[in-house]
Amino acid sequence: MDYFAQQLINGLVLGSIYGLIAIGYTMVYGIVGMINFAHGDVFMIGGFIALISFLVLVSIGLTAVPVILLIVLLVSMAITALYGWTIERVAYRPLRHSFRLAPMLSAIGMSFVLTNFSQVSQGARVKPVPPIITGGYTLHEGESGFVVQLSNIQIVVVITTIVLLGLFTWLVSRTRLGRDMRACEQDQTMAALLGVDVDRTISMTFVIGAALAAVAGMMYLLYYGLVDFFMGFVAGIKAFTAAVLGGIGSLPGAMLGGLAIGLIETFWSAYFSVEYKDVAAFSILIVVLIFMPTGLLGRPEVEKV
Amino acid sequence: MSASPRASSPASSNGSEPVGAAFILKKAVLSALVALGLFSLMVGVRTEAGQSGQLEYWTRFGELASLVGAVFIGSIVVELLRMWLGPRGGLGSFVPSSVQNGMSVAGRYLAPALLIFTFLVPVIFYNQRYILDLGILVLTYVMLGWGLNVVVGLAGLLDLGYVAFYAVGAYSYGLLSTTFGLSFWICLPLAGILAAFWGVLLGFPVLRLRGDYLAIVTLAFGEIIRLVLINWQDVTGGPNGISGIPRPSLFGIPLTPGEGGLASMLGIPFSPTHRIVFLFYLILALALLTNWVTIRLRRLPIGRAWEALREDEVACRALGINITTTKLTAFATGAMFGGFAGAFFATRQGFISPESFTFQESALVLAIVVLGGMGSQLGVALAALAMIGGFELFRSLEVYRMLVFGLAMVLIMIWRPRGIVGHRAPTVFLEKSKSISSDLVKEGHG
Repeated sequence: MDYFAQQLINGLVLGSIYGLIAIGYTMVYGIVGMINFAHGDVFMIGGFIALISFLVLVSIGLTAVPVILLIVLLVSMAITALYGWTIERVAYRPLRHSFRLAPMLSAIGMSFVLTNFSQVSQGARVKPVPPIITGGYTLHEGESGFVVQLSNIQIVVVITTIVLLGLFTWLVSRTRLGRDMRACEQDQTMAALLGVDVDRTISMTFVIGAALAAVAGMMYLLYYGLVDFFMGFVAGIKAFTAAVLGGIGSLPGAMLGGLAIGLIETFWSAYFSVEYKDVAAFSILIVVLIFMPTGLLGRPEVEKV
Repeated sequence: MSASPRASSPASSNGSEPVGAAFILKKAVLSALVALGLFSLMVGVRTEAGQSGQLEYWTRFGELASLVGAVFIGSIVVELLRMWLGPRGGLGSFVPSSVQNGMSVAGRYLAPALLIFTFLVPVIFYNQRYILDLGILVLTYVMLGWGLNVVVGLAGLLDLGYVAFYAVGAYSYGLLSTTFGLSFWICLPLAGILAAFWGVLLGFPVLRLRGDYLAIVTLAFGEIIRLVLINWQDVTGGPNGISGIPRPSLFGIPLTPGEGGLASMLGIPFSPTHRIVFLFYLILALALLTNWVTIRLRRLPIGRAWEALREDEVACRALGINITTTKLTAFATGAMFGGFAGAFFATRQGFISPESFTFQESALVLAIVVLGGMGSQLGVALAALAMIGGFELFRSLEVYRMLVFGLAMVLIMIWRPRGIVGHRAPTVFLEKSKSISSDLVKEGHG
């Protein structure tokens, strides 16, 4: 039971990270109808920028950990958002009215560019950081000596996710930008006729998605204590799986799917085999799509002739 | 509600805006600023784990400055080019129609000329091992491209996990030959059959999926196969792969020095080049087989059903075409050719490991098919030549190679989303065979 509780905590934390990435996928898919293959790599870039800015801040003599973390968060969100904006502007916008495969291949190309850009610029080796947030609470101590722990970093990850999610829900449901986004999702031409700047709205979608991916990247860095140039690919596919599982286009669905994938992966590694945890996640994707093609919270796709 | 004055339309970003020196300069400065933001930390600061495992960093402001400068100048050059070549898409109308007609005439003779040249490659470049090896590599991708073309180009099913079938073929041959000692010529059809079986196995669950969902499931399938290959160490050898895979023989006659080898039977001195030349013709034959089967299938009811499926699934169903068998045969046929290519790959390398079957390969083959114009056999061959040849040209760039490859993929898609060969020759026509623009061809939803 204790073991189960510990795995539950771990799974929820991992799921929060996946959920943050999945939101970026689901938003872009909802508004432009394409899989942003480069999104996983944007997450990786976010992790790298968090790492570099952290190093620089520490070396110039800042010692207060909360201040450092806040600055790192803001810097990595800002720069990664710029990446998202640039990618959309360079690789996707010229192809928006092209046929369906063109933006997908362009996105795959962009993903290669980002992966190899960070390999070339930062080297291929894994970058470790010492634990920044340490300590934690012991929730329960079993008779066998197994301790259920909730570390501070886990609390930070979950709280950050919840706060961002709240902020984001407010943004989409209450602000002008959110209304524009929903309008573009339904009908871009009509939205443009009614005075919505479609180009700007789509750009903002990419910017917000990238900023959330940056947060995920930073959380990943804090939680696992390392980044490498190839981590975007697998994390990206899993986050996409989460988005599909939750019903693509649905924001709560993306978070729910992220948690589900995180839990499945953690429990699979805990009770079956660590080697096949990715196989489990991908198999879930296939099974879900076969029996529930619209995901958990998705709307059924209407086929127009 | 305040309507934005810059109400967007697809053309507003690069259309009738005033183009002057100030405008270009402003745009270049903006691009340079964006580049500065993008590269500030990623390029300006370099991190590396130091001796004690502690991360260290040093600054590289020189590189950062030169990159930003390059973006500034590049932006000016792009704007000037855009001004001279007129509005976007000017490259297409740049070519006068007489030249285009001439090109289509040349196109008719291009395929036979290319084929004859390919046949002569081992004769011309007999002493240049590098060119022969490159030729074999290009032909392998031509074959993979033609195989995937059946699924993507003809049936319109977007498959991002094609490399899985390539892997199945390679491991089938590798395992059958090393465990049971079966010869290449027995394993080749078996590899094809096994890959086709996996194609059907993948095809069944995804029958109901369409478009991007199908793409992502096939991608997941490809990854699952690769992960199983890595982790199922007892059978596949795990990350170490399978080594010592036997080389092919000319229908039982080994290409080895000494008694019983082909060289001694023909009474000529042995040379290792014989085997390369043999492999070259082997993959050429396999590729041509793929091409021939595809062309014949296109004229059969099943091929017509594939193309109907690509154009409109609902209409296809209304006409009484069995969608299930149509999709499954497309998957199986494409997978079978992938399996053949995989078996060839295994026998050529003599060593296979999961590293050769990553998503990158799938993306490369898909890029070849899309770049080749989706469905055009000649286009796929040309695209494979351009991609693999270009990839080799940049070999000296080493780590920058994949970066350049990714950039090329993005730029080519922006420049010609419809591929190099932008027209098709329909199999059915009234009176006169006339090629049509591939803009008229749907890419399918499944």
